[in-house]
Amino acid sequence: MTTTNSVLNMEIMQSIIARYPRKRSAIMPLLHYVQSVSGFVTNEGIELIATLLEIETAEVSAVSTFYTQYKRSATGEYHIGVCTNTLCAIMGGDVILASLKEHLGIENDGVTADGKVSLEHIECNAACDYAPVVMANWEFYDNQTVESAKALVDGARAGNPPAPTRGPNRLVTFKEASAVLAGLDDGLAEEGIQAGIPTLLGLKLAKEGK
Amino acid sequence: MSKLTPVLSAHWDQKDSFTIDAYKRNGGYAAAVKALAMDPDALIQLVKDSGLRGRGGAGFPTGMKWGFIPQGDNKEHYLVVNADESEPGTCKDMPLLMANPHVLVEGVIIAAYAIRAKHAFIYIRGEVTHVVRRLNKAIADAYKAGYLGKNVFGTGHDIDLVLHIGAGAYICGEETALLDSLEGFRGQPRLRPPFPAIAGLYARPTVVNNVESIAAVPAIVANGAEWYQSMGTEKSKGATLYSLSGHVNNPGQFEAPLGITLREILELAGGIRNGHQLKFWTPGGSSTPLFTAEHLDVPLDYEGVAAAGSMLGTKALQIFDETTCVVRAVLRWTEFYKHESCGKCTPCREGTWWLVQILRDLEEGKGSEADLAKLLDLCDNIMGRSFCALGDGATSPITSSIKYFRDEYIAHVTGAGCPFDAAKSTLFAEAK
Repeated sequence: MTTTNSVLNMEIMQSIIARYPRKRSAIMPLLHYVQSVSGFVTNEGIELIATLLEIETAEVSAVSTFYTQYKRSATGEYHIGVCTNTLCAIMGGDVILASLKEHLGIENDGVTADGKVSLEHIECNAACDYAPVVMANWEFYDNQTVESAKALVDGARAGNPPAPTRGPNRLVTFKEASAVLAGLDDGLAEEGIQAGIPTLLGLKLAKEGK
Repeated sequence: MSKLTPVLSAHWDQKDSFTIDAYKRNGGYAAAVKALAMDPDALIQLVKDSGLRGRGGAGFPTGMKWGFIPQGDNKEHYLVVNADESEPGTCKDMPLLMANPHVLVEGVIIAAYAIRAKHAFIYIRGEVTHVVRRLNKAIADAYKAGYLGKNVFGTGHDIDLVLHIGAGAYICGEETALLDSLEGFRGQPRLRPPFPAIAGLYARPTVVNNVESIAAVPAIVANGAEWYQSMGTEKSKGATLYSLSGHVNNPGQFEAPLGITLREILELAGGIRNGHQLKFWTPGGSSTPLFTAEHLDVPLDYEGVAAAGSMLGTKALQIFDETTCVVRAVLRWTEFYKHESCGKCTPCREGTWWLVQILRDLEEGKGSEADLAKLLDLCDNIMGRSFCALGDGATSPITSSIKYFRDEYIAHVTGAGCPFDAAKSTLFAEAK
């Protein structure tokens, strides 16, 4: 084992495994956990997961390469996803993605030289009534424009990104978000709004008797 | 009287709606107490009587699904909630869980008890950090309150609930792929039979239900099957969330009885964006064949949409106006299916690849009229010949768009490429 594993906390990994009736089921949260420590899925992380779950490293690699959210190289501290599935693309997602590529000087799946921002075109993120949608570390940035998306990445590069539109009061880093996706509590669940305007539209109209 | 019937969404406008305190203030967890005092078989019968059908797209009767679980078999049973909401256009479960995660937790308690499961799982997609936080907190708070874990509500029953977080694979919304993923494998669909009710998670009897289906259960227990039956149409009972998006003045969530029409919902939403007309729309996500303006009065229930040649699906109403190039829209969906194809079966893996090549050529003006026949032939070889419904879904936008907009495809061939100005479809164009 190399030094990377010195920061992988065995107690946390064992607690993740203990959630499940059969330990192999823990492979996905463990991969999210490795990303929360290393920023991507490292070979060392794969080896440790294989050891803990008593399976081959090839089996862990097979799983990690199947799922898009597991990265095999470092993402930016702020990983930006622009929805370019049909509806968001047509309503402005394509223009937003193109302008961010130019603004940041990187291509799809690229990372800025300062390591702050990575960019990826993403598929439908279940927020179509807020289109066009941009995700940062998988937090919602609703109703985006070219200007607001540029402000998001500029803020991220300056270490001061705007807060998500439906999310906590501050944008957490990619590693911090990965810990949440490993099922760990970061204490931010009660921050932010419960719903945006589109979510509440039908209820509002019903209350108005319409 | 309003055409809308907020049940699931009734308390979403309270700022703390996602907390256990708010949920209890609004009457939450009383249905679980009531259910746990009932015979499990009576609960299954109640859900059967309500007419509740699966809200994840297929519309299979929920109570019947529960009834398939063999009883007295001395095996572990599992309940798995499908919260992998990823069908393009579908955006109902994530706002539901962000605003009121406890209704799902309560539904899980009731459903697990009914099918005699001691273990339940919620499989949520991984690209929604804040929804994960809210749901995880709700589960933790339910454990603290004694609603989950050992001896729930002091009844002597044990119910454990684990939140499993995905990692970005649309195919995991397919229930058997979801189970493989939950077992720690690549998410690829399984051959059926055996169905999950016989051999599901860890080869044990398993019910897999959509978030909205399970979330509907507490209100059914609280108010009775007759109340639920009083909403909807003859074979499509109850209320459901319709998600309106796209070129409309006011997109959003509309909870209404099954059978409402797009015309009625559009009226509530202030219509198509100003100065534009409806061109095409999906009734239930990109895997359901496209509709046009001629379908504005189709009742949006399982039977009505099917009779008009599509599927109710997830009730994801994606609206596109006349500025939208249908070839571009269909190409983009097809690229999605190609990316998300798990690679297990040849018709889907190879077929979606070829569909993208041909559509890309057509959109760029490099295609020919013969390509339309080739597209339809490929679709014919994918539809019904793929391992799971992903392949079938991939053909829906193509065959339906060629049916309604053949001339537009031809215009891409005879002219010099796409005749549309993509900038006019954006919201920014509208703002200027």
